[in-house]
Amino acid sequence: MNDRISRTLSSVVLGSALGLAALSAPASQASLSDDRVRLGVLADMSGPYGDLCGKHCVEAVNMAVEDFGGQVLGQPIDVISADDQNKPDLGSAKAREWIESQGVDAINGLVASSVVGAVAQVANSAEKPILISGAGSNTFTTKTCSPFNAHWTYDVVALARGTVSPLVKSGKKKWFFITADYAFGHALENVATGIIESNGGTVVGSAKAPLGTTDYSSFVLQAISSGADAVALANAGKDFVNSLKGASEFGLSQQATMVGLLVFASDTRSIDADIIGNMRLTTGFYWDRDEATRVWSKRFMERTDGAVPTMAHAGAYSSTLHYLKAVAATGTDDGATVMKHMKANAPDDMFARHATLRADGRMAYDMYQVRVKTAAERSNRNDLYEIENVIPGDQAYAAMIPECDFK
Amino acid sequence: MTTILGINVFALLGQLLVGLINGSFYALLALGLAIIFGLLRIINFAQGALYMLGAFLAWLGLQQLGLNYWLALVLVPLAVGAIGILMERTLIRPIAGQDHLYSLLLTFGVALILQGAFNHWFGSSGQSYPIPDALKGGNNLGFMYLPTYRGWIILVSLVVCLATWWTIEKTRLGAYLRAGTENPQLLQGFGVNVPVMISLTFGFGVGLAGLAGVLAAPVYSVSADMGANLLIVVFAIVVIGGMGSIGGAILTGLAMGVIEGLTKYFYPQASSTVIFMVMVLVLLFKPAGLFGKEA
Repeated sequence: MNDRISRTLSSVVLGSALGLAALSAPASQASLSDDRVRLGVLADMSGPYGDLCGKHCVEAVNMAVEDFGGQVLGQPIDVISADDQNKPDLGSAKAREWIESQGVDAINGLVASSVVGAVAQVANSAEKPILISGAGSNTFTTKTCSPFNAHWTYDVVALARGTVSPLVKSGKKKWFFITADYAFGHALENVATGIIESNGGTVVGSAKAPLGTTDYSSFVLQAISSGADAVALANAGKDFVNSLKGASEFGLSQQATMVGLLVFASDTRSIDADIIGNMRLTTGFYWDRDEATRVWSKRFMERTDGAVPTMAHAGAYSSTLHYLKAVAATGTDDGATVMKHMKANAPDDMFARHATLRADGRMAYDMYQVRVKTAAERSNRNDLYEIENVIPGDQAYAAMIPECDFK
Repeated sequence: MTTILGINVFALLGQLLVGLINGSFYALLALGLAIIFGLLRIINFAQGALYMLGAFLAWLGLQQLGLNYWLALVLVPLAVGAIGILMERTLIRPIAGQDHLYSLLLTFGVALILQGAFNHWFGSSGQSYPIPDALKGGNNLGFMYLPTYRGWIILVSLVVCLATWWTIEKTRLGAYLRAGTENPQLLQGFGVNVPVMISLTFGFGVGLAGLAGVLAAPVYSVSADMGANLLIVVFAIVVIGGMGSIGGAILTGLAMGVIEGLTKYFYPQASSTVIFMVMVLVLLFKPAGLFGKEA
């Protein structure tokens, strides 16, 4: 009999305890839309841009979540990811699925500008923040700006300004472009052309190479016969690697200064130091900048089998951290509230220095002009750059246009 | 500078030569496909992946074993050929005699697996392979600077292509091979071991892709998808030349290299499609291909 009472009693106690827990749970997460904060990382995981962001961007986001303590407002933070295969339709379908049925609160990664454009439409209308860590087009803070876009790592303006203007000023006046024949390449060429002309230089020619061209010798010969003293490569990833190799092989590099407009550390590492050594370029991150970046990068490399962290990886980490801080501070995962807080408070971590997330969603911070080290200067295979100059964010990025002033 | 009709002749000569370089490359790859299709009636979609494998084996050999370029040039095609033979024995033979589509789909699957695996292991940004010291530098031809290594590519490709064509079309061994495709039972009756011959032929065709991979490693980024884009172009070349015509594949390879080179000069935007436009025209007016026999 006693036994039975005690059993009943214990079940009552246990039951009410559970009930209380169930009742108290909503109280502590009153302002989260569900019982967790979920981040989605969407990127090209297996294609040509896989190394510059890809699965290691997922790792970088995970690192930010861990550094934040793994939970926010007493609820867990989890990270899911998908491969967009650089296809806008796939990317927007995934974003819709994540937002509508999987409770994703913010999307990170985002590499190919075409995919980002499609994802932004979905996320903007659902009022979910997108943290663009890999894409370069500047439309996300101009033509298609939205209160929910946070464009983090770089854009075409910052790259062209940082790399091109010092060269024109130092006397490189005749320019030739080898441009990837799609929106990103054209945008990069246009912005760079504007900078060249406003500094008194001229563009003597341009060859539009189809995306994924393997053999650049024809374009290199055109650049040689143009007599240009600087040749800009308005392309990215493997196109950049193959075009630069061709330039070196056919003697263009000896005749003109080669200028890489978008170069990730993963690209630099995959080219012979003899070919890329001494090239000047602009980047938002270099792992060996100081103690803070070295500590972070060492952790990153341990988790990624020695991959060299690119600015996209570091940007994905930084943007995630800033987002989570805003969720914690505002006590909500409501997109508009969180974005407001992110803009009102400066990001500050090993990546974002002297940073501000402007009202138009542009994260402006210190960019670096670097010189690629030659083979003789390198002490190991990740010893890539020497930082020559720091460009403050307000000089690196274009000024905000009034239509995009989302306070 | 000399110009005719507003065209810089020197620049044009340069483009023609560059076209010829690429064309000799196409010829080498197309040759492998043409042999495998012409003699064995197998549509080998893995040829591009095996080309990639050749480049990676050369790179791995250099990184891991210190195997130099010259050894790689000999050993890698043999290794890729051996992998080809293994593939033929274990995967392709069981579906021999079925519709061509089966071998196409099977080899396509193999290509995707190889490509995916290398992407997973080595990442997407590519590896670099140095040009061997003996082939560094170049010569100024007056109208352009010709890197020695590119000259080497033309030389190797042409020698290999001609030797292969001669062997298949003009020797007794070639006659056996051709007889094997026409009537395997009869040839077997003469005491020739046809299954071994088929394996070796497949291995040779695939080995050519491996050789092209080694040749390509020093000039292009060595990466998992290096064969994927090229393969489609090379297939178009084989179709233009006439499926199975060995001489046709070689000549078309060279011609398409030149046409592509000229397009890159006059209207670069179309350079990735011009070969397919030629293919469409050829299929419309001469469905068996330029050098193919009408069925």
